[in-house]
Amino acid sequence: MGQIFPRNANLLARLSIFAAVLLIVELTLILTVYFRSNYYRQINVAIQQPVPYSHQLHAGTLGIDCRYCHVSVDKSYFANIPATETCMTCHSQIRTGSTKLTVVRDSYATGQPVSWQKVNRVPSFVYFNHSIHINKGVGCSECHGKVTEMPVVWQPQAFFMGFCLNCHRNPENFLRPRDQVFNLNYIHPANQVELGQKLVQEYGVMPKTQLQNCWVCHR
Amino acid sequence: MAQAQPVRTTPQPDPGEAYLLPGETYTSISHTIGDVPLVALNKTPKGWFVGFTVSFILLMVFLVSVTWLFMKGVGIWGINIPVGWGMDIINFVWWIGIGHAGTLISAILLLLNQGWRNSINRFAEAMTLFAVACAGQYPILHLGRPWLFYWLFPYPNTLGMWPNFRSPLDWDVFAISTYASVSLVFWLVGLIPDFATLRDRSEHPLVKRIYGFVALGWRGSARHWHRYEMASLLLAGLSTPLVVSVHSIISLDFAVSQVPGWQVTVFPPYFVAGAVFAGFAMVLLLMIPVRHFYGFQSYITVRHLDVMAKVMLATGMIVVYGYFMEVWSSLYSGNIYEEYLLYNRLNGPSAIAYYGLLFCNAIAIQPLWFKRVRQNVPALMVISVIISIGMWLERYVIIVISLERDFLPSSWEKYMPTVWDWSLYLGTVGLFFTLIFVFIRVLPMINIFEMRMFQYQETVRLHLKAHPEHEESGHESLTSHSHGASAD
Repeated sequence: MGQIFPRNANLLARLSIFAAVLLIVELTLILTVYFRSNYYRQINVAIQQPVPYSHQLHAGTLGIDCRYCHVSVDKSYFANIPATETCMTCHSQIRTGSTKLTVVRDSYATGQPVSWQKVNRVPSFVYFNHSIHINKGVGCSECHGKVTEMPVVWQPQAFFMGFCLNCHRNPENFLRPRDQVFNLNYIHPANQVELGQKLVQEYGVMPKTQLQNCWVCHR
Repeated sequence: MAQAQPVRTTPQPDPGEAYLLPGETYTSISHTIGDVPLVALNKTPKGWFVGFTVSFILLMVFLVSVTWLFMKGVGIWGINIPVGWGMDIINFVWWIGIGHAGTLISAILLLLNQGWRNSINRFAEAMTLFAVACAGQYPILHLGRPWLFYWLFPYPNTLGMWPNFRSPLDWDVFAISTYASVSLVFWLVGLIPDFATLRDRSEHPLVKRIYGFVALGWRGSARHWHRYEMASLLLAGLSTPLVVSVHSIISLDFAVSQVPGWQVTVFPPYFVAGAVFAGFAMVLLLMIPVRHFYGFQSYITVRHLDVMAKVMLATGMIVVYGYFMEVWSSLYSGNIYEEYLLYNRLNGPSAIAYYGLLFCNAIAIQPLWFKRVRQNVPALMVISVIISIGMWLERYVIIVISLERDFLPSSWEKYMPTVWDWSLYLGTVGLFFTLIFVFIRVLPMINIFEMRMFQYQETVRLHLKAHPEHEESGHESLTSHSHGASAD
C-alpha cells in the first residue's frame, strides 16, 4: 500500500504543535493589549463639540470655578452639562457678535439645547455618584485630569474597574482636603498617606471592606 | 498483517457468562465494527437517517430556545425568587452526572484491569463527552449576560479583581473544564490505533486521507504501542480522581450554602454514586438499541449488561442510603427549617416528585438483585428509563423543593417550568443524540484493537481452562501478544 502522505507531513505535524501553543499565547497577548489600549478606549482623543468652547480659556486662563457651569456636581450623582442660559449669563454681554457663538445664540433664541457630546463614559451598569466623591475629598483631576489645559476636552484615562478599585481599596492614597477638590493643579504632599488617613476619619469615609463591596457601584 | 489464528478451543463458554461470544476472529472484529463508519452514504442503515433526523430537529429546537433566550433573557423561564435555580440547574446536574459512567468505565476499570470494559468504553466515553457538552450549556445560558461567561476564568482582566475563588460556582468552572478536556484527550488518544485501522481499510481516497490525518502516522510499531500504553495509563490515572471530584464539587454548589436540605455532609459521595448510577442507566439505554440494530450481540454480550446492572444496583443502593441520610439529617438536626423540609417533601406541593423519586430510584431497581432480570434485555431497558427519570426527579427534589419554601413563609413561591424550560431541555437531548448519531456514523463505536486483544486473551483463557498443562507457555504468549495486528 502506498503512502498517502509525503515524508514532510511528519515535520508539519510536529510544527503544528508549536504553532498551536504559540497561537494561544499570542492571541491572549494581543487581546490583552488591545482591550487595554488607549486606541480601543478612545483615550486622549479630543471629542469635537458643536461649539468651539475652550476649557483652557474659561477654567484655566479666566479661572471660572468648575461649579459655575457644572452646578450639580457636588449635590447630585450627575455632573450636569450647563444649559444655554448659563453661557448667556456672560455672553449676552461679552462677545455678542462672535461667529463662534452663533450656535449658542440660536439655541437661546429657539429654546433648542446645544447638542453637547459626552466625553467621559462609565458603563450603564455602574452607579457613579459625583457628589459623594466631591464631598469626601476626591479631586476632579483624579479622574478628569487637568481640564484647565484642554482646549477641547478628552478623557485622560480609561475608567476600568481596576481604576476605580485602586482608590476604593486605598482611599487614603488619593484624598485631599475639601478646599482643594476643585484645584486641578493640586499636588499630593509627601505625607499623603498620613494626611489621607486623617481625612478618611474626618470625612467619615466608609471602611475599606464596605467600600469594595459590589453593591457600592453595581446596584 | 498475517497473524496466526489463535489456538482453537474445544470448550465453549455459556452465552450468559461470556464477554465475547465464540466464533469472532481478528478479521471479523475489524470488519463488523470498522465497516459501520466506512460504508458508503447510500448504504447507511435507514434507521440511522430516521434517528439522526429526529435528533437534528430537536437540535433546531435548541437553537430556537437559545436564540429566544438571548433575545429576551432568563425571564422566559419559570424561575422566580426564591426559586432562582430551576430546570437550568436540574438539567445541568443531570447531564453532568450521566457523563460519570463513561469516565468510570474508561479510567477506573482500566486501572483495575477489567477486560470487559473494552467493548463498552469507547461508546461510554463518547457519551461522557456529549453529556458534558450538553451540561456545559446550562451554566452559561443561565447567566444573566451569557456572553460574559469568560469572567469566570482568572484571565488577565481590567477589572482589578479575580473570580471569587471561595465560591463553589467557580470551582465548577475548573472541575468541568478539566473534566471535559481530560475526557476528550483520553478519548482521542484511544481512537488513534482505530483511526489507523480505518485508514488502512477505507477505499475512498478522501476518506483515507481524513482518517490518515487523525491517525497521526500510526504504524502499529512496538514503540508506538509502548508509548500508547504509557499515555493511556497516565490519562487513566489523571481521569480517576475526576470521577470523584467533578460531582463532589457540583454537590458543593448546594452543600456549601445554608438552604435547608442542601447542607448535608453526605452530599459529595451521594452525588458521585448518583452520577455513576444515572450514567450506567444511560449507557444501557444507548447500548441496548445499538447492539440490537448493529448486531453487536457477540461483543456486548448479555454478561456485559448483567455486570452493568450490578454496578447500577450497587450505586443505586448507595443513593438510597443517601436518601436515608437526608431524612436522618432533617430529623436529627433539631432545626425547625430542616425538619420542615422533610415535612414539605412528604406533604408539600411538590411531594409527588419525592414519591416518584423514591419509586424510581429505590424500588424499581430492586428486581436487579435477580440474575434473570439482569440478563433480560427489555427489563433492563425499562429499568434504565425509570432510573433516568428518577435521577432527574432527584435533582428536582433537591433544587426546587428546598427553594420553594425556604426560611420566610412570606417569600414562598411555587415553581412552574415554562414551555421554554422544556424546549431547552428537549434541545439539549437533541444535541446529545445528534452527536451520538454522528459518532456512530463516522467513528468505530467499539474499540477495535482492544477487542482484538480481548479476543486473544479470551481464547487463551478458555484454552488454559481446558488444558491446564499449557499454563506456562500460555502466560508467556499472553503478555507478548498483548495487541493483535494493527490491521488485517
